[in-house]
Amino acid sequence: MSEIAIKADKLTKKFDDFVAVDAITFDVKQGEIFGFVGANGAGKTTAMRILCGLSKPTSGSATVAGFDVYKETEKIKRNIGYMSQKFSLYDDLTVMENITFYAGIYGLSDKEIKDRGESLLSQLGISHEAKTFVASLPLGWKQKLAFSVAVIHEPKIVFLDEPTGGVDPVTRRQFWDLIYEAADRGITVFVTTHYMDEAEYCNRLTVMVDGKIDALDTPTNLKKQFSVDSMDKVFYQLARAAKRSGD
Amino acid sequence: MKQLLAFVRKEFYHVFRDKKTLLMLFGVPIAQIVLFGFTLTNEIKNSRIVVADYAHDYASQEIIRKIEASRYFEVVKSNMSHDQIETAFKTGTIKIAVIFPANFYNDLSHLNKAQIQVIADASDPNTATTLTSYLNNIITDYQAQKAQQTKVPYLITPEVKMLYNPELLGAPNFVPGVMALVLMLICAMMTSISIVKEKEMGTMEILLVSPIRPFLLIISKVIPYLIVSIINLITILVLSVVLLHLEIKGSLLLLFFESTLFIISSLALGLLISVRAESQMAAMMTSQMSLMLPTMLLTGFMFPIENMPLPMQVLSYALPSHYYYVIVKAVMLEGLGFMSIWKETLILAFITTVLVVINLRSFKIRLA
Repeated sequence: MSEIAIKADKLTKKFDDFVAVDAITFDVKQGEIFGFVGANGAGKTTAMRILCGLSKPTSGSATVAGFDVYKETEKIKRNIGYMSQKFSLYDDLTVMENITFYAGIYGLSDKEIKDRGESLLSQLGISHEAKTFVASLPLGWKQKLAFSVAVIHEPKIVFLDEPTGGVDPVTRRQFWDLIYEAADRGITVFVTTHYMDEAEYCNRLTVMVDGKIDALDTPTNLKKQFSVDSMDKVFYQLARAAKRSGD
Repeated sequence: MKQLLAFVRKEFYHVFRDKKTLLMLFGVPIAQIVLFGFTLTNEIKNSRIVVADYAHDYASQEIIRKIEASRYFEVVKSNMSHDQIETAFKTGTIKIAVIFPANFYNDLSHLNKAQIQVIADASDPNTATTLTSYLNNIITDYQAQKAQQTKVPYLITPEVKMLYNPELLGAPNFVPGVMALVLMLICAMMTSISIVKEKEMGTMEILLVSPIRPFLLIISKVIPYLIVSIINLITILVLSVVLLHLEIKGSLLLLFFESTLFIISSLALGLLISVRAESQMAAMMTSQMSLMLPTMLLTGFMFPIENMPLPMQVLSYALPSHYYYVIVKAVMLEGLGFMSIWKETLILAFITTVLVVINLRSFKIRLA
């Protein structure tokens, strides 16, 4: 648990005059579930895009799985998984076809695809739905499937960008069971969210306000630090100072 | 390689599972060929022609039989006076009249020349010109036939001076235009839509985060449409031959080679649109306005380029479809070989290369 999966040092991203990410510094340990909490427009998604190799930082440094975000984005991409808020499955493909496609672009062999695909389906309890078109699946299932697909190539780190938008807390809880299982297998989970019940599930988390990181600790310690009894209140205290409005 | 296969297979699922896409891909070419081939033709069939035969001799009868046999005319035999013919024109019941003077055969056999009068309703100049040229063609044909039988050539001079322009005859001219139009529509529009769809759905992000290379992504997007386009090309050619009785005079191989080149340039244009457009609707509108309309109006298959104002002419020479149209016309209708179209091919290849290079660069920019 001591190895560093993600390391960011004064990482900054500017769009013209607008500083989206303002000199953030943090470490994420291997196998940890690390939460990035913040209001809309706080800079969470921009920070995540830099770490995924989708966007180049303006200044500062960062490594993901030991690779540099400036020069080694191709290597980073091979070692990470990604799931966005749109959970990004193809509606006109069946469940199994989606699995085959995503596993295929990560270069898994036919046998690996078949084995992992089947175990994934039985783990989710939807083996009988392998030939169902994704369009007709319920939202909660789509999310679980999208997550399983994002880690099908057993990446070192998986990035989840507001993965549980639009579902009820019970479904969200089930989704988190999957995240815990992945973390148990040693996959580092980097998750952004603005649901406070979700924030409680993280090993450690940071609250991002106006592009800056104001607090970073375990949920328990954060609550102690701010002398409150819930993450909601921690977030409220920090976000109250925000100047940017959500977009 | 395995990535490519997985990707291409997925693209084929998209194509073959969407009924609207399928309709666009396979219905449009067929509809276009039928529409353009049968309705937008310069050919005039079964026009009523008044034949006033004052000669009533062997030669005039023979020519009239030839006119009757032609599918362009429907003969009305009536020895009308000039006044009566004029009245008939005014009521619009006939389009053209031909008058054989008395002693037609006598003149022909003794003086070796004879005259007939052709009167056409020129209120519609295009129709008049076309009909007189058909008629002239029939008479020329008759003369040629007679010339073989006798040593001294007959000479029949119709009073109307006419230009015979074989290109005016019917549908063939539209087919190369329709080919350019359909291939551009499918390649550019469908490719741009399919890429923009991935942006809208959010799947593009996943693809960009994956280790798949942008170049591979582009190739996989393009391959299915390349194949579909070639199928379409075959459909159009078969329809042209079977339905429009068009003869493909030149090399089929050359035609396919040139078409593939054009398809690639259209695919590149589609990709270019997809980089800019943010919604499927925008992609569709951009393709239609910036590619389809110019292809229809400026390539020269509907309106002659020489008659356009200079800026439009310049624009026309910048269109890949312009060169493709010229090439297809040369190969398919005139049966010319590569030597006659190498210049156009070179320009088309150049445009295609430029488009592909721009694409590869803009795709990288998006990744940054």
